[in-house]
Amino acid sequence: MGTIQRLGQWAIGTSERLGRGYLFLMAILAGIPGSLFRFSLVIQQIYSVGVLSVLLILISGLFVGMVLGLQGYNTLVDFGAEESLGVMVSLSLVRELGPVVSALLFAGRAGSALTAEIGLMKSTEQLSGMEMMAVDPIRRVITPRFLAGFISLPFLAAIFSAVGILGGYLVGYGLLGVDDGAFWTQMQTKTDWYDDILNGVIKSIVFGFVVTWIALFEGHDAIPTSEGVGRATTRTVVHSAFAILGLDFVLTALMFGDV
Amino acid sequence: MRQKKSTEVTVGLFVLLGMGALFFLAMKVSNLSAFNDEQGYRVTAEFENIGGLKARSPVTLAGVRIGRVERIELDPETYNANVVLNLYASFDTLPTDTAASIYTAGLLGEQYIGLEAGAEEEFLKDGDVIELTQPALVLEQVIGQFLFSKAEGDE
Amino acid sequence: MPLIEIRDLHFYRGDRAIFKGVDLDIYRGKVTAIMGPSGTGKTTLLKLIGGQLVPDQGTIMVDGQDVHRLPHAQLYELRKRMGMLFQSGALLTDISVFDNVAFPLREHTNLPESMIQDLVSMKLQAVGLRNAKELMPAELSGGMARRVALARAVALDPMMIMYDEPFTGQDPISMGTLVNLIKRINQSMGLTSIVVSHDLEETMAIADEIYLLSGGKVIERGTPDTLQDSSSEWVKQFVEGLPDGPVPFHFPGMSFEDDLLNRKAVK
Repeated sequence: MGTIQRLGQWAIGTSERLGRGYLFLMAILAGIPGSLFRFSLVIQQIYSVGVLSVLLILISGLFVGMVLGLQGYNTLVDFGAEESLGVMVSLSLVRELGPVVSALLFAGRAGSALTAEIGLMKSTEQLSGMEMMAVDPIRRVITPRFLAGFISLPFLAAIFSAVGILGGYLVGYGLLGVDDGAFWTQMQTKTDWYDDILNGVIKSIVFGFVVTWIALFEGHDAIPTSEGVGRATTRTVVHSAFAILGLDFVLTALMFGDV
Repeated sequence: MRQKKSTEVTVGLFVLLGMGALFFLAMKVSNLSAFNDEQGYRVTAEFENIGGLKARSPVTLAGVRIGRVERIELDPETYNANVVLNLYASFDTLPTDTAASIYTAGLLGEQYIGLEAGAEEEFLKDGDVIELTQPALVLEQVIGQFLFSKAEGDE
Repeated sequence: MPLIEIRDLHFYRGDRAIFKGVDLDIYRGKVTAIMGPSGTGKTTLLKLIGGQLVPDQGTIMVDGQDVHRLPHAQLYELRKRMGMLFQSGALLTDISVFDNVAFPLREHTNLPESMIQDLVSMKLQAVGLRNAKELMPAELSGGMARRVALARAVALDPMMIMYDEPFTGQDPISMGTLVNLIKRINQSMGLTSIVVSHDLEETMAIADEIYLLSGGKVIERGTPDTLQDSSSEWVKQFVEGLPDGPVPFHFPGMSFEDDLLNRKAVK
């Protein structure tokens, strides 16, 4: 009985949260037109969400690309196909690793910060205080952050992929002596602008939407104590990771499934 | 809340960096710069067997890339494959008796279509059909034939 | 007609009743105090008046408008004329004192920056913190933060201010400062003030009328003087701070004897 009851509690609690999350999203979306008129608020947030993540993205992208170069070379050289290193690096990055890894890093860096910030504003009554000053906190605080996350991640993912490809090139050409021309031309013939790169960009737009939504919702829905905010921050990272990887599978199946 | 000027500038740089990365991906990594679909013209070639040819495989003449495979269809009457080629508009002087063959780049490489120019005075136009085609070599068939002939020779 | 009329207010948090039929009148230009032991929902009452919470039954009329029947936009219009001082101050932590006070002005008006400068300086001067305007909220003491919040609450020249526990956790000096400020601001700006508190002495000093709440109901109402002379057991306990009385020292439930006996029985 106890187990079944707990299962029921869990199911009810989860669907309540989903419902609140949905309503929250609707409120955010309703605030978007207003935010576009006050774009300086969004710019402020792009700074703290996007610009401050650039260094992390640059360094991670470079190393991921370099590792891809090394590992790819070791596998490809057995087939005498080391000229295909460029293709391997570029396709892995623009299709998968660029959008997915940068979204995971984004959730850890910017998403958790957003949750903590909103949770803290809630627990110190700042959101409530704004409401009483006749300022809608969703429109003033939440929506600009949502737009900023949604705008920043595709750029971050593109930077990640570009730097990663350069990293793969550095290792492949500089360290392992793969032919310079073959590296780039093979990459260019096999990487398609629409099918590979734009699909990767679409993925990162979807991830940006979902991660920012989760982060803001967790902050807004947090129990307003230090412990509650701490747990909400953890939940943001965990739920974002699940959402990113799950959605990545769905999107990949939709985009590349019917080759 | 006054907007700090430096914030705006760094956000501007961030957007530029992102755009730059996308531009790099478009021009240097992908084939966006290599061709433009709309300006090409299409001809069809019928093959008995296309092997591992795929949409987007390159089409070359004397080793130079002049287009790509747009789509591949199966003809329900002849049971052959109809391959639609998209050729660059600038190569509009291919004679009508041009031959198309399917080759493999290297032993394990991708397959592509190689064209060989004929001698006719007239040129291929949009919607024309290439009559002379040579199917892809299927490795198993080649090996099978080789073994067969070898066995026959021994007897 | 009173500025705020509360009729038959019921409010539940889960299954727990916070208010079971509260009637309250708050008159213009007066300082009305709402007092009661902790956990009687005094803060909840302010949130109900501000429209942040919705009652389960009953009405709250502010300036002739039913707060909970107003459409979103009109509720926000009404809130511009309500100031609220939160217990924590609720200052925005990422901007300076000056920007905090300027916040409602910048959000709701299109005044030129020079005029905002002047207005903010005026409001900060009134709470004695004009020279602290470059500080960040984290650099302020609790009393100073409340004074900044007060300057912010009056920035839009509201018709009323709600004070949520303004004296809690203050040292005697800043307590005195706040008492003076509330009194002075109420007089000089012709405001209506609602003070929620359980600090008896300070509240008695500034209130024109006091409501005592307990168990979800209004137990007593009157001027500070009449309350002091009240014959009610409950009022006496509250005013004199006796540990046991109508408000029991023990959390209600099984008696200690039964508890002991029961435990033996289980063994």
